[in-house]
Amino acid sequence: MTAPESIVLHVAIVTAPIDASALLSRVQAPGVGAVSLFLGTVRDMNDGRPVSGMEYEAYESMAESELQAIADETCARIAGLRLVVEHRVGTLDIGEASVAVVAAHAHRAQAMDGARDVIEALKRRVPIWKREHYLSGDREWLDPTKVQA
Amino acid sequence: MSIPVLLFASYADVFGARRLDVPLDAPCQVADLVRVIRSMPGGDRLPAAPLVALNRTWVREDAAVQVGDEIALIPPVAGG
Repeated sequence: MTAPESIVLHVAIVTAPIDASALLSRVQAPGVGAVSLFLGTVRDMNDGRPVSGMEYEAYESMAESELQAIADETCARIAGLRLVVEHRVGTLDIGEASVAVVAAHAHRAQAMDGARDVIEALKRRVPIWKREHYLSGDREWLDPTKVQA
Repeated sequence: MSIPVLLFASYADVFGARRLDVPLDAPCQVADLVRVIRSMPGGDRLPAAPLVALNRTWVREDAAVQVGDEIALIPPVAGG
């Protein structure tokens, strides 16, 4: 028996809060035996500085096309994968989700690999930026290419 | 003639604008654009070889820029 074809079900840059339950329901199918959900959330501390919130900006048209390309490449590598990816832009509070990747498969290894591959590639390739808002009132764009102290 | 270049995030802050009209004639190369942009006020705060997207695709500095292309200078990405 051959694995079912992989499918990218949904890729989007959004401004509304990410609804993880709704995204989980999108990947459901009778052949699914494992669903891996990755959520990136805004934390209250970075590099020892208290953070009050995070602002995300995207080059939206390219961000969507790069996300789609990453999802397509991941599906080409992992047969039978069902994928959903959303990244939020705008100003987010502590604890809110900035990104969601849902990968479903018949088996757990492929589901978890799929979710990990997408988020790792997203962080390398997708033109999205974040500016931390600190409790002190300062704001700073994060640059992952700078060595963290 | 000039070539419009899109700016985002920290690079938009550097120039106080989301778009630059770079005084150059197309066709030229991405490297020519970058050189002129880095000579503009504040441009020395950009890296020598910033990431560049041409028509929403990553390109190298020897890529050719044609009239009507969408060019963007891309700060280090930080999604997730």
